[in-house]
Amino acid sequence: MFRILKKECLAPNIYLMDVEAPRTAKHALPGQFLIVRTDAEGERIPLTICDYDSEAGTVQIVFQVIGGETYRMSQLNEGDCFADVVGPLGRPSDLTEIPLDELKKMKICFIAGGVGTAPVYCQLKWLKKQGVTVDCIQGARTKDIIILEKEMSEVSDLHICTDDGSYGIAGNVCVALQKLIDEGKTFDRVVAIGPMIMMKFVCQLTKELGIETIVSMNPIMVDGTGMCGACRLMVDGQVKFACVDGPEFDGHKVDFAQAMQRMAQYKTEEGRLYLAAKEGSTHHGGCGNCN
Amino acid sequence: MAIDMMKKVPVREQDPKVRAKNFEEVCLGYNKEEAEAEAQRCLNCRNPLCVKGCPVSIDIPGFIARVKEGDVAGAYEVISRASALPAVCGRVCPQESQCEGKCVRGIKGEVVSIGKLERYVADTAKELGLKPAVTAEKKNKRVAVIGSGPSGLTCAGDLAKMGYDVTIFEALHKAGGVLVYGIPEFRLPKDAVVEKEIENVKALGVKIETDVVIGKSTTVDGLLKEEGFDAVFIGSGAGLPRFMNIPGEQAMGVFSANEYLTRSNLMKSFRDDSRTPIMKAKKAVIVGGGNVAMDAARTALRLGAEVHIVYRRSEAELPARAEEVEHAKQEGIIFDLLTNPVEIHTDEKGWVSGITCIRMELGEPDASGRRSPVPVAGSEFDIECDCVIMALGTSPNPLISSTTKELEINRRRCIVADENGRTTKEGVYAGGDAVTGAATVILAMGAGRAAAKGIDEYLSAK
Repeated sequence: MFRILKKECLAPNIYLMDVEAPRTAKHALPGQFLIVRTDAEGERIPLTICDYDSEAGTVQIVFQVIGGETYRMSQLNEGDCFADVVGPLGRPSDLTEIPLDELKKMKICFIAGGVGTAPVYCQLKWLKKQGVTVDCIQGARTKDIIILEKEMSEVSDLHICTDDGSYGIAGNVCVALQKLIDEGKTFDRVVAIGPMIMMKFVCQLTKELGIETIVSMNPIMVDGTGMCGACRLMVDGQVKFACVDGPEFDGHKVDFAQAMQRMAQYKTEEGRLYLAAKEGSTHHGGCGNCN
Repeated sequence: MAIDMMKKVPVREQDPKVRAKNFEEVCLGYNKEEAEAEAQRCLNCRNPLCVKGCPVSIDIPGFIARVKEGDVAGAYEVISRASALPAVCGRVCPQESQCEGKCVRGIKGEVVSIGKLERYVADTAKELGLKPAVTAEKKNKRVAVIGSGPSGLTCAGDLAKMGYDVTIFEALHKAGGVLVYGIPEFRLPKDAVVEKEIENVKALGVKIETDVVIGKSTTVDGLLKEEGFDAVFIGSGAGLPRFMNIPGEQAMGVFSANEYLTRSNLMKSFRDDSRTPIMKAKKAVIVGGGNVAMDAARTALRLGAEVHIVYRRSEAELPARAEEVEHAKQEGIIFDLLTNPVEIHTDEKGWVSGITCIRMELGEPDASGRRSPVPVAGSEFDIECDCVIMALGTSPNPLISSTTKELEINRRRCIVADENGRTTKEGVYAGGDAVTGAATVILAMGAGRAAAKGIDEYLSAK
């Protein structure tokens, strides 16, 4: 069984869990994801892996309550079990395949938005372990929903920004990236993980700036092993499956407009009503680009 | 019961008008009286061609003779010697091109309903609580089977019967492979049939670990070197759904048949209480003519849609089982044959609003021997619809082949294996769709059976 060993509420509606999943923990690398099911009737929910301990056989997930299924997940407590955890799925970040001496020379800037912070943490921690410390911009709508600040600052040169200026740099992640560059920083790669709309705007900016950009796509999935094709997206004019070809892609080649449209496929009125009734709002934001 | 030796005893089915609105099984099967009557039509040929047509060589006249005598336990014993999944095969095998296709009775009059008799024996055996017998002494050797579909279950069942310690690794959360995610409830009931067949395999001592994706959660080498398995069978199935690469294919409301069927069958989204959503289309166009296309079409129909099947060849070339085509027609599915999609249209929100198709005509035979369809210039026309489901087949999943050294794949990226399932890597065997590309349940079972024999020979010599 996949027991929950630790549960923490990081911010309103955002939870962190350590879960027993020895097979997944043993083979996980940064950039990969897993699928959980709350119970025998549950949907299959893909989540990017946020940390793993192959010795202890545990994986860490961070999720935001955005619908019925994530709400059910949030109701589980330490000692409870998920019906299923399967992973690690998808390809690891290509950073894990770059020789260390080359990696050390790279000037990388990570950009983390909302719950996308957690998978960025996974990559930063791995890099730190290799002796590589990079810049990271972490964006949120406002101070209260910034997560994992201490952990992030331990593994990167962290620059926090908030849309409302309540903490750190005033402005969204694009404003922050421009600011770092204006101050004289140079980057040869950006890795952006967060809401699709954030990744889209980051890619628009980095394309102008001529900086290679990797994004982590999290489209709708069913099986997560390549069988269903629900997660397909257009990359450089080709059909790619996020679950087996990704989830990380060259952000300048991703058709974001189409990917964002496909995300809306199952956003029903009922779902919105359910959330509205449950929590008083249907939008928790965090990326800074949607109003 | 009066028997017309020239005609099959008709099998009872749900009324098409009623079944078009439910997911209950279409075919109700024979009862004792009907089965024993149909069994009398078997000529008990000295040289039974039907057995030659069966990929697992069931002693067909042998089991039918026992049905005729009312000895269901004996009939079940005969079938179980050759097949681990008779309740499944009686329902989904393409009998018309296998056993029944060769039946001598068919030279004059109608062939014997071998599939329906097999189903009767398997279902009755279940009611009687009969289990396949386990006899062999335990061997101190462990075999890992990747995938719990037809080839994996067969291979695992056979090896367990020989005394091996077998563990099946399944990527999804539920065992059964295509029997669970692919074939719909109305054709193959999950709890009453598939679940019971899997229980039978487990009763032989086979262990099943779900949620393990070989190539990711561990590898073939991991199984051999770290987990102490002496041999591995790969029965990982078909793979990634194909698309047509026509404009509009990424629109909302366009699905692969795999996605649509997995939602309905594995995730039970045909039920109102399911937490996994499925699109309930008003008018759906299914592209393709195989069994998967028929399954998707009849699922969409039951979820309330008007359904069109668009297929580029003519009726004679439809690869689906004859019975599925017949059932689909009875239920009111419209066949647009010699027709091929060229573009999918969308509304202002990005949802499917229609599809442009072109008429086709049959030209010269292609490599497969079938006459290849050629577009008729200027014959484009539109079908209004809100859903398009692509049932165009699959291409092999690279998860295992790309993570297993020394495992050779062919040009079509299928795993290379000989007739005993032996691959280019020592101790590793493979069979089913992973080797052949998308085929049938029974061919996969045949391959699983051959590989079990191959593995036994390999491990006995080791």
